[in-house]
Amino acid sequence: MTLASLLAQLLNGLAGASSLFLVAAGLTLIFGVSRVVNFAHGSLYMLGAYVAWTSVAWFGRGPVGFWGGVLLATLVVAAIGALVESLLLRRIYAAPELLQLAATFGVVLIVRDLTLATWGAEDLLGPRAAGFAGVVDLFGRATPTYELLLIVVGPLVLAGLWWLLVRTRFGVQIRAATENRALVGALGINEARLFTQVFALGAGLAGLAGALQLPREPANLGMDLAIIAEAFVVTVVGGLGSITGAFLAALLIGLVKALCVVVGTVEFGGFAIAFPKLTLVAEFVVMAIVLAVRPYGLLGQPAVIPATTPVAEFRALIRPPGRRSLAAALALAAVAALLPFTGDEYRLILATDILVLAVFAASLQFLMGGGGMASFGHAAYFGLGAYGAALAFKHGAPMAFALAAAPAAALVGAVIFGWFCVRLSGVYLAMLTLAFAQIVWSIAFQWDAVTGGSNGLVGIWPAPLLADKRDYFWFVLTLAGAALAAIAWLAQTPLGYALRGSRDSALRAEALGIDVRRTQWMAFAIAGTFAGLAGGLHVFSKGSLSPETLAIPRSVDALVMVLLGGLNAIAGPLLGAAAFTLLQDGLARATDYWRAVLGAAILLIVLLAPMGIGGALQRLFARGAR
Amino acid sequence: MTEPLLAVTGLRKAFGGVAAVDDVSFSVAAGEIVALIGPNGAGKSTCFNLINGQLAPDAGSVRLGGTAIGGAAPRAIARLGVGRTFQVAATFASMTVRENVQLALLAHAGAQHQIGRRATTALAAEADALLEQVRMARFADQGCATLAYGDAKRVELALALANAPRLLLMDEPTAGMSPNSRNRMMQLAADLARQTRVAVLFTEHDMDVVFGHADRVIVLDRGRIIAEGPPAAIRNEPRVRAVYLGDDEA
Amino acid sequence: MNRSLRLHLLAAVAALATVLSPAAAAQPIKLGELNSYKTFPAFLEPYKKGMDLALEEINAAGGVLGRPLAIVSRDDNGSPGDAVRVAEELVTREKVVLLMGTFPSNVGLAVADLAKQRKILFLAAEPLTDKIVWENGNRYTFRLRASTYMQTAMLAPEAAKLGRKRWAIVYPNYEYGQAATQAFKKQMMALQTGGIEFVEQAVPLGKIDAGPVVQALADARPDAIFSSLFGTDLARFVREGELRGLFRDRPVFNLLGGEPEYLDPLKDEAPVGWWVTGYPWYAIDTPPHRRFRDAYQARYKDYPRLGSVVGYSTVQAAAAALRKAGSTDTEKLVAAMKGLAFDSPFGKVSFRALDHQSTMGAYVGRTALKDGKGVMVDWRYADGKDHLPSDDAVKAMRPAD
Repeated sequence: MTLASLLAQLLNGLAGASSLFLVAAGLTLIFGVSRVVNFAHGSLYMLGAYVAWTSVAWFGRGPVGFWGGVLLATLVVAAIGALVESLLLRRIYAAPELLQLAATFGVVLIVRDLTLATWGAEDLLGPRAAGFAGVVDLFGRATPTYELLLIVVGPLVLAGLWWLLVRTRFGVQIRAATENRALVGALGINEARLFTQVFALGAGLAGLAGALQLPREPANLGMDLAIIAEAFVVTVVGGLGSITGAFLAALLIGLVKALCVVVGTVEFGGFAIAFPKLTLVAEFVVMAIVLAVRPYGLLGQPAVIPATTPVAEFRALIRPPGRRSLAAALALAAVAALLPFTGDEYRLILATDILVLAVFAASLQFLMGGGGMASFGHAAYFGLGAYGAALAFKHGAPMAFALAAAPAAALVGAVIFGWFCVRLSGVYLAMLTLAFAQIVWSIAFQWDAVTGGSNGLVGIWPAPLLADKRDYFWFVLTLAGAALAAIAWLAQTPLGYALRGSRDSALRAEALGIDVRRTQWMAFAIAGTFAGLAGGLHVFSKGSLSPETLAIPRSVDALVMVLLGGLNAIAGPLLGAAAFTLLQDGLARATDYWRAVLGAAILLIVLLAPMGIGGALQRLFARGAR
Repeated sequence: MTEPLLAVTGLRKAFGGVAAVDDVSFSVAAGEIVALIGPNGAGKSTCFNLINGQLAPDAGSVRLGGTAIGGAAPRAIARLGVGRTFQVAATFASMTVRENVQLALLAHAGAQHQIGRRATTALAAEADALLEQVRMARFADQGCATLAYGDAKRVELALALANAPRLLLMDEPTAGMSPNSRNRMMQLAADLARQTRVAVLFTEHDMDVVFGHADRVIVLDRGRIIAEGPPAAIRNEPRVRAVYLGDDEA
Repeated sequence: MNRSLRLHLLAAVAALATVLSPAAAAQPIKLGELNSYKTFPAFLEPYKKGMDLALEEINAAGGVLGRPLAIVSRDDNGSPGDAVRVAEELVTREKVVLLMGTFPSNVGLAVADLAKQRKILFLAAEPLTDKIVWENGNRYTFRLRASTYMQTAMLAPEAAKLGRKRWAIVYPNYEYGQAATQAFKKQMMALQTGGIEFVEQAVPLGKIDAGPVVQALADARPDAIFSSLFGTDLARFVREGELRGLFRDRPVFNLLGGEPEYLDPLKDEAPVGWWVTGYPWYAIDTPPHRRFRDAYQARYKDYPRLGSVVGYSTVQAAAAALRKAGSTDTEKLVAAMKGLAFDSPFGKVSFRALDHQSTMGAYVGRTALKDGKGVMVDWRYADGKDHLPSDDAVKAMRPAD
């Protein structure tokens, strides 16, 4: 590596950082003002690229087609953002904060299918940017002029946003809302309008970023998910709500990635480390390190610890389940135990899936509902359990032992990751869980010799005694039933109350002598253990596993199931898992566009039952009882 | 002579170069009720947070019954017998009033991490007795989030007392209440404290409450103690009147 | 024994019933098909069309065993867990006689293992992983497409002929890319005597950071380049590489690069002079291919992609197996599949009894630009049977049934 090549790579890193910043800037603006974790931001970015491509198709490759397309994409996507905000998100601001995540996930599914229907499946290669199609010689290397343009665009947008925030009335309102939400009402700001405007601005930035990506990448259906995790990472590393922080974070991550590529394979005392392979997780490693040192990101503000939680969902009185709940649970279990006699084997397979996912969701609900700690990386524990069981089994352990290895492996992971995570709070905590999950994922993905790499491991079937689907179903019913009961029980014990107390008022809990972090750490360990058990049951029911067992979509599934079921409802995980599984299974068979319909179904549930299906049922029964 | 229950010596804490608490020394004896007063920004809350462990002092010592507690974690200080109420009542919103107290009692018993029993059946009688003491028994089954403000403050007092404290720190115990309930609230706290010989240190804006219930008053201004003495003496202290009471009495 | 006897009896009764009852005669034979339709639509939409075309042709000709064929399709969401679930549904609820399809290797392997567990025939259409017929091969699993190893073996001799010493390798960082890289290095070292060295860049699938990667490859000053990129990654690599002059005076080999699915989106920026494996649909004029292409274009007003050929051939293979077995019984189907020869658009193809790999080949040629589109020129058909390791080597890798 020469100095010239290093400098050339730094330029590449800067260009990458610039486009990353554009996406993250919109995300952080939206979060700062509305506290919405906008999972659909990547979809808006993707739409930007497609709209720009269409403009070029209509108006040609010249400046009008391309630069007009960039402008058009910005405006169109801003309008779509405003539409999503005013039609959807506005209706659920009062609901638990993370419910918006489920809603925006529904939007992701719908946009993905609409894009497929509108633009087709094939990648759409756009033109090179008009006026910036060539190269110039820098450091003895051909450097695309478009890269240089991008390097300039990032700081320009930063300056523009800075001017907007500091010099305009609109900006003052945004800053007021970001720093202190109570101020919005006090200053006589029209909150609804401000939120729509900010959402449109953020969406427009995503559209701009997508359009500007077109000369570098064909418009394709994978753009949404490819960018969203990275954009979240930049937002969090920079400090939520901080535009300048997002810029610094984008620089940091862009440069680290470029350096990974340039360093290549390096020998350290006999060990060869292929740095390019690290690009798979570089941003998550950076995030884990930054958050370990700075719990609020580079430029984020520490949150003020409230005397009691302001989250509406956490202020609702939770009654311990009574005899009726117990009787209902037992009756349900008895009915479920009869399922194998109905003769439909597939029904058993679905029911097994639902039970396994219910345990997984319940473990997350324990952490998220009971503990107030959202985990965006809960798949890590599910996957650790699955891999723990699979590896033990592959190394000759009998099934019983392998299944015991599942919660054990997940427990170890949860204890290690939890120790770091409980030092943070809110979205920072959630994102650190995601970072750990991605690091575990990348290890499973890369460590061919042990984990089977991207292919994973196969041939993990239950012992002959349980090989029959009916027997395995009863086995899962017993274990999952016990696990669900145990989680429900734990919530009723002093530990469960201490955990909920720490969620309700950390200040009070500490003043009573409760070690909040230790309590939360224990909750991590418990949630991880049960998620691991679910992973173990999962792998033996499917016979195989691959890294997708602990990838982001599985974590998102868990979140969606918990939110659909209800954050506080005791039956929530079971209801959420059942709704999610049955919807996905039924819709996938009914229509080609099942993703969009699933997304719409999620939106419908979120709008009609913002406290989840479990919450809605509870309210219904409470009304009936009265 | 035995050491006082709480002894604060040379306490100092600065934020960004500005001393919020500067060389503050005082003591509180068991069973004594002491008010810490001063205008906004005088350093009362900082003082509280230094004693209670939410902040670590830059210099000076805090001793509780002869044990140095300066810089220890709030939970450790709580375990040594310091109860605390906050300016904004800090209670567990998702629990009933009784469950709030039960959790406090469980924590006091060191049982907060048990998993072998239900929290709702633990120490119920003791919890009800405490609620009786703060006149909140009839709200025992109500959710804490739905309580009237003054009632939440009573619950908080019960939570602080569940710790069987030797020292009770009350940060503006009557803030946000009507004048009538202020006196009732403070009377309640003072009675309970005297019965159990708990030392009380409280801050308060309402001078009627201060002069009506405190045995002794300490006046802070810009981080320093400018006067200390029985209520009657403080009422007539010119320096106090100048910096603090001036507008009220003139 | 007892149990299988009973099954045979049942099957016999069922067959009798089929013959006797005219209504039952119309009962279609159900083929279970699962694929990652929504995850890889660019490849799988043409695949589905090819499949449907074959189905229509077979049924127009009177079906198989006197019964029409039906395909029950499911989306496996690109996930092995979901794939196993929908496969179970196809088997238990739809009572399909065999499973076929799948795209990514991890899904293919998971379904292959389920087939072994459930004792049902699985015809893997698209997964390229060598393991599905070798290390993880099993009695019930057969694979249609030319594997990663085979396609690499088709390119390696050409690469070795050039006698270049320093190779840069760029590949998507997952099993397919890793296996291609490994196979290429191994074969090059066997073919080319004298010092040969490799520099590698592994890029995250679908997320190549093309600028830095191209720059790093250029800085390594290789004599030639071997890539196994495809899809979006390939497009980004090509554009950035052309801009920065990476490909100037350097021979480039790209696995799969000539497949219309990956070459066509590049339009007039398609690379020129690259050695690729692929499918020059416009130029293959063998009778079976001409017939297939004409039928496809008449039916869909669109030209076939490689996926169309894969979908079409998969159904043809399944139908051929049913005909040869004369039954829908799994064990008979498995026996029929071993050594089964059938007509694909690429000509006669057979499934090797040795490892259940089909001998379907691929077209090897060089890329060129014609009328603003990428095409393959100087191509030849590389028969799959000529690009496999020795039988002994295969036996050593493959577990006994």
